[in-house]
Amino acid sequence: MTATAEAPDRRSYFAEGWNPAAWLLSTDHKRIAWLYLVALLAFFFIGGAAATLIRIELATPAADLVSDDTYNKLFTVHGIVMVWFFLIPSIPATLGNFLLPLMLGAKDLAFPRLNLASWYVFMAGSLTTLYAVIAGGVDTGWTFYTPLSTMFSNSHVSLAAAGVFIVGFSTIMTGINFIVTTHKLRAPGQTWFRLPIFVWTLYATSLVMVLATPVLAASLLLIVADRVFGIGIFDPAQGGDPLLFQHLFWFYSHPAVYIMILPGMGVVSEILPCFSRRPLFGYRFVAYSAMGIALLGFLVWGHHMFVSGQSSFAGVVFSFLSFCIAVPSAIKVFNWTLTMRKGSITFETPMLYALGFLGLFVFGGLAGLFLAALAVDVHLTDTYFVIAHFHYIMVGGMVTAFMAGLHFWWPKMTGRMYSETWGRIAAATTFVGFNLTFFPQFVLGYLGMPRRYHTYPDEFAVWNMLSSAGAVILAFGYLMPLCYLGWSLFRSRRAPDNPWDATGLEWQTSSPPPQHNFATQPEVTGPPYQYELPEIDRPAAPR
Amino acid sequence: MDSITVHPIEASTLAPQVDLLFYALLAFSFGLGIFLTVLVVGYAVKYRRGSKADRSGEQARNTVLEIAWTSATALIALGIFLWGADLFLERDHPPAGAIEIAGIGKQWMWIFEHANGRREINELHVPLGRPVVVNLSSEDVIHSMFVPAFRMKMDAVPGRETRLWFQTTRAGTFDLFCAEYCGTQHSEMRGHIVVQPEEQFAAWLAAAPSTASLVEQGQTLFRALGCSGCHGPNATVRAPRLERLYGHPVGLSRGQTVIADDGYIRDSILQPQKDVVGGFDPIMPSFQGLITEDDLGKLVAYIKSLANAGGPP
Repeated sequence: MTATAEAPDRRSYFAEGWNPAAWLLSTDHKRIAWLYLVALLAFFFIGGAAATLIRIELATPAADLVSDDTYNKLFTVHGIVMVWFFLIPSIPATLGNFLLPLMLGAKDLAFPRLNLASWYVFMAGSLTTLYAVIAGGVDTGWTFYTPLSTMFSNSHVSLAAAGVFIVGFSTIMTGINFIVTTHKLRAPGQTWFRLPIFVWTLYATSLVMVLATPVLAASLLLIVADRVFGIGIFDPAQGGDPLLFQHLFWFYSHPAVYIMILPGMGVVSEILPCFSRRPLFGYRFVAYSAMGIALLGFLVWGHHMFVSGQSSFAGVVFSFLSFCIAVPSAIKVFNWTLTMRKGSITFETPMLYALGFLGLFVFGGLAGLFLAALAVDVHLTDTYFVIAHFHYIMVGGMVTAFMAGLHFWWPKMTGRMYSETWGRIAAATTFVGFNLTFFPQFVLGYLGMPRRYHTYPDEFAVWNMLSSAGAVILAFGYLMPLCYLGWSLFRSRRAPDNPWDATGLEWQTSSPPPQHNFATQPEVTGPPYQYELPEIDRPAAPR
Repeated sequence: MDSITVHPIEASTLAPQVDLLFYALLAFSFGLGIFLTVLVVGYAVKYRRGSKADRSGEQARNTVLEIAWTSATALIALGIFLWGADLFLERDHPPAGAIEIAGIGKQWMWIFEHANGRREINELHVPLGRPVVVNLSSEDVIHSMFVPAFRMKMDAVPGRETRLWFQTTRAGTFDLFCAEYCGTQHSEMRGHIVVQPEEQFAAWLAAAPSTASLVEQGQTLFRALGCSGCHGPNATVRAPRLERLYGHPVGLSRGQTVIADDGYIRDSILQPQKDVVGGFDPIMPSFQGLITEDDLGKLVAYIKSLANAGGPP
């Protein structure tokens, strides 16, 4: 690209055309973000539909809706779709794609065509897996444990694994793009410690994406090789080891958990200061803790395997490292909380979601301590306690943060305001529905109900019924934004450039931004989050 | 059992210890969680826009505070870690005098074999108060033996032997689950542990159909499979003798020394080239695929029984 002094183009990026080619062949990061958003929302509702069927089946102890095979395929689809086709790309590929160049004062990502290619690769992979689901399904669980997946499953394992394998490349492409963009395209004056925390978390996430995803690719490839060619790497009869797969899989999949949660932490770090009118408390500690989480995330995979037959010594080491990673997470929570102190707080929809995130992340994170404590994990692992724990982090944390970010930047992305009333109702509904759905699962886990059970003993019936009832409320909480956000695109008042009076370069350009983002190159002269109390709340006589 | 339960039954010596840690964690988590919730909600109310709260002296950083809460978190985490790890390591030390039972997982049932040869499916009878070791193996995929009332769980992994132990503290019938997803009928792979007072258990065990004990069956297999042809007293081939082998150190041809435990004996039958005893030729054929998990357990039991023998029978 040549950086010639072209006439500043103030027309919105929507003005570049509405024909399919203008969307499907655009290298504009803002349009690609929309391509991802539409695809990811579709997958979110596919995964959600599977979850709905699961919760209906589990409302009573007996098998009354689907057969055992169908049930197993449902939770496999739910896991694969939600993890790889929604959570992993969720914030980075949509909000990150849209906002990273804007937050850096750049025209686009470093490699716009790679960005578009990543979407096509994503679609090719995810549709391959979706085809495997339609063609008959997969029944291994999203974890593909061997030797079940390699020698005993007669379902479409290879095809589904191939799809996930392909999607991995799209993740790596996005990661590389973000890393290079953050290094090379920052605005004049925008030093590392003047970056918004959202950029820091995207950067940390991208490092994990680039370093961990190849290991997933290798493990999936080995599964396919074992199934198709019978190389026996996971087959004990041929000298292979089924546990090797678990090591490889979690070496990717535990860092992947941080791929999923870190960007959510970034979103919340943007929103809490804005609606408290206060700078983020302990900015550097929050930034460092993101990097600390990304690093330590690579060293804790064995805590998924405390009862798998790995040595007790390995168990002790992995338990210790897992407690270490609790520290940076706790640092973030303390800093977010103190950001609100002495602020001037208002409760618009993004703030309500962010506060919901904070509460659910705290309780989900504390539940993680139970699972890291070895002797307690022996009882709780592979039960509903684990299900509740990671849904508190992934749904209560990540999806709530995604909703917070979507509402926060919706005016910037679309140029439209949504209904504040409906937004607040949806945020409250989601919070209540979420807790009703997943809190009972903590109790179920402690009582000993194993995960991935199609039928269960009667003693677990009451808590399961409660959980299923909560899921109905949760479903409404997620369907509401689909309606009022969709509605806002067509009939709603236009958004000002900076509706929340927020700092950050993305708010300095028009809503929606012009194709090349900024009419003039913005410069950064100070730290981020320079919020000041409004007139009404300013201390009377500052000395 | 009540329809609404919040606390699972405690039926092993381990259970109250695990629960103590669990409830300590619960108290800590709720304490911290509620403290933070009160703080967040308190700030939200106190510092809502337009409130009369004092907002002077605001600051956006406080390094002392950061270091204080970081170290406090780290110390608490270390404490919980040590507690959990200490309790966990007891898993490796079953009390002396434990009775040993073979547990085999297969799609989709649990098979248990007592020392006297009595077999049960999806049910396991154990004597009250006596330590029990279950040696676990799997015939197909990974399973996991889980007894919530004992707070005990262990995976059964194909190709290796794992074990768990427990010591019961109350008689009764308790749930047994497979906790590792193992295919179509995973949720049907459940059964019961029946804990009986010692004399009742002895009566139950004695009422077994007149099968040979595991060791005797192993001895029969030892001959039938031709093991005795090389390892027996009148062997024509030079092979290591198996008397006084179990539990003793073995010098390997590659210069290392290992203790002959269950895993070593299994491996030596299935993968004889892996650990060849020093001074012997690697000529033993593998029995991989030629012997079921069930029979393998019997062979191992027989070889273990030779540990104290003066010579082969």
